[in-house]
Amino acid sequence: MQRGRILLLIFLFTLAALTGSVAVGSVSIPAGDLFAALSGRVSGPVADIVWKLRLPRAAAGFACGGLLALAGALLQVLLRNPLADPYIFGVSGGAALGVLLAMLLGLGIATQTGLGLAGAICASAAVFLLSFRGGEWNPYRLLLTGVVVAAGLNAALSLILVLAPHATVKGMLYWLMGDLGYAGNPVPALLVLAVLVVVLLPLGRTLNVLALGRSKALSLGVPVAGMEILLYFLAAVATVTAVLVGGTIGFIGLIVPHLVRLLGLADHRWLLPASVLAGGSLLVVADALARSAWAPLQFPVGVLTALLGVPVLLLLLAGRSDASR
Amino acid sequence: MLRAENLRIAFPGRTLVDGLSVDFGAGQVWAILGRNGSGKSTLLRTLAGLQPSQTKNVLLDGAPLHSISRRQAAARIGVLLQEESAEFWGTARDYVLLGRHPHAAGVFGWSRIDEDIAETELAAQNLGAFSGRAYTTLSGGERQRARAAALFAQRPRAYLVDEPLQHLDLPHQVALLERLSLEARQGALVVMVLHDLLFASRYCSHFLLLYGDGRFNAGSRDQALNAATLSDVYGFPLEAIEVRGEQLFLPGPPSARGPHV
Repeated sequence: MQRGRILLLIFLFTLAALTGSVAVGSVSIPAGDLFAALSGRVSGPVADIVWKLRLPRAAAGFACGGLLALAGALLQVLLRNPLADPYIFGVSGGAALGVLLAMLLGLGIATQTGLGLAGAICASAAVFLLSFRGGEWNPYRLLLTGVVVAAGLNAALSLILVLAPHATVKGMLYWLMGDLGYAGNPVPALLVLAVLVVVLLPLGRTLNVLALGRSKALSLGVPVAGMEILLYFLAAVATVTAVLVGGTIGFIGLIVPHLVRLLGLADHRWLLPASVLAGGSLLVVADALARSAWAPLQFPVGVLTALLGVPVLLLLLAGRSDASR
Repeated sequence: MLRAENLRIAFPGRTLVDGLSVDFGAGQVWAILGRNGSGKSTLLRTLAGLQPSQTKNVLLDGAPLHSISRRQAAARIGVLLQEESAEFWGTARDYVLLGRHPHAAGVFGWSRIDEDIAETELAAQNLGAFSGRAYTTLSGGERQRARAAALFAQRPRAYLVDEPLQHLDLPHQVALLERLSLEARQGALVVMVLHDLLFASRYCSHFLLLYGDGRFNAGSRDQALNAATLSDVYGFPLEAIEVRGEQLFLPGPPSARGPHV
């Protein structure tokens, strides 16, 4: 299949996921009313549900999933490690520590976000500085530093969970697993995503060269050191933004780039846009299921991303022949 | 074309090359010879500007490498590394196209010229039929030829190649050396790390012998290539014999070997 056609299919899937996610929920909306509300020609409770609740949440989910998948795709090139995921920066642990502390102290959403941002910046700065040596980053050192910092933060998180009053623990767990329930205004995250896509799309070919290894990329004219700093920075921005929107949603950043590669879009010029669309739509679908499939019970979306993604990826892995590797 | 100026290659506690100043001129084919760990690959990487600390001591067309953008340097210097990643996401053709990266005009895609050059070089390496095959499914020798095709697709004026014959069968070894000689006759510089003395002596015009202790011996065939210098650099007795007017170097018989081997 042509690469353009695969990307088009992913795009259509994205549209379907967004529409479907706006359609489902605790109040069922007939298709006619839904499209009338979406067109903006009617007002009333249905329009309010669509415009004020479901659409922002779907948009936040899309931005969050797209950012995580984009960060994952970048890091898998930079670290030359298929197991790299956006959380190796310590962003998740740092943000979680900030947010959970705020929850423990009973502070409001705005303070939670502020402390989460501070935690994410502190933790990722620590990981970067500790792994930076002699003018460049060693991918192994970065990975190891990230894992060690995350382990330390995890211990602190466990401590908070143990100390926290029973009533607040559930909210904390939801945040840790990833939940779009507190997502709020999706516009900032969408803007970040748009800027990153605009900056990164022209770099697809450079990423292809960078994937050959540092020396080879240097010999082919890529200013490797500067390019790596730029890409690490962009991946960190994407991850921090996503975490502040949806908590530490697992799995998307790790798996979606692999999913897209298995669909035949391993060339980074295609992989990046396809990962954004696939990551965004997968998260939107997972969120729609998480809040409606077992209503009134609402699951944290992070549980669903894994439940959906694991079988899909395993099927694709089992189905591919080694000759097409 | 490429000039090393007072180069020093050292690791903590060990100086491999010291005070190396050599002019590598257009049209010359250089062989870098020496024992394992004598600094051959590091020297080649240094000449290519891949060792950041030494870029001010290498001059490309008179300008120090650090003053030239990586892209401009890559348009003139092509490098074949000794170890290149075996992992690659695409086909042999995708791989060879990446050799066009320093020349690619557009932001996103490849031009018709880039694609034509890639096809031509694939065919020149007998890989025409493998163009659409996944790179990772190629054999070791086929991969080495794909790397060579990417190198030639880069159309550099200086070829810096590290053990280019590895994984290649005899006909492809000869074909690669013939191609590099042809490029040199058309005005390119070729510098290669070789372990094969027969091919070095047959295809190279200049020789750089690294002793691994700071000393080196650089020059034309008359200056650098004889049984005495080679025996010295390898720490192993070599004899020169002449076959049909060509001077060949053979390892000496066991009885002639010194205690230092």
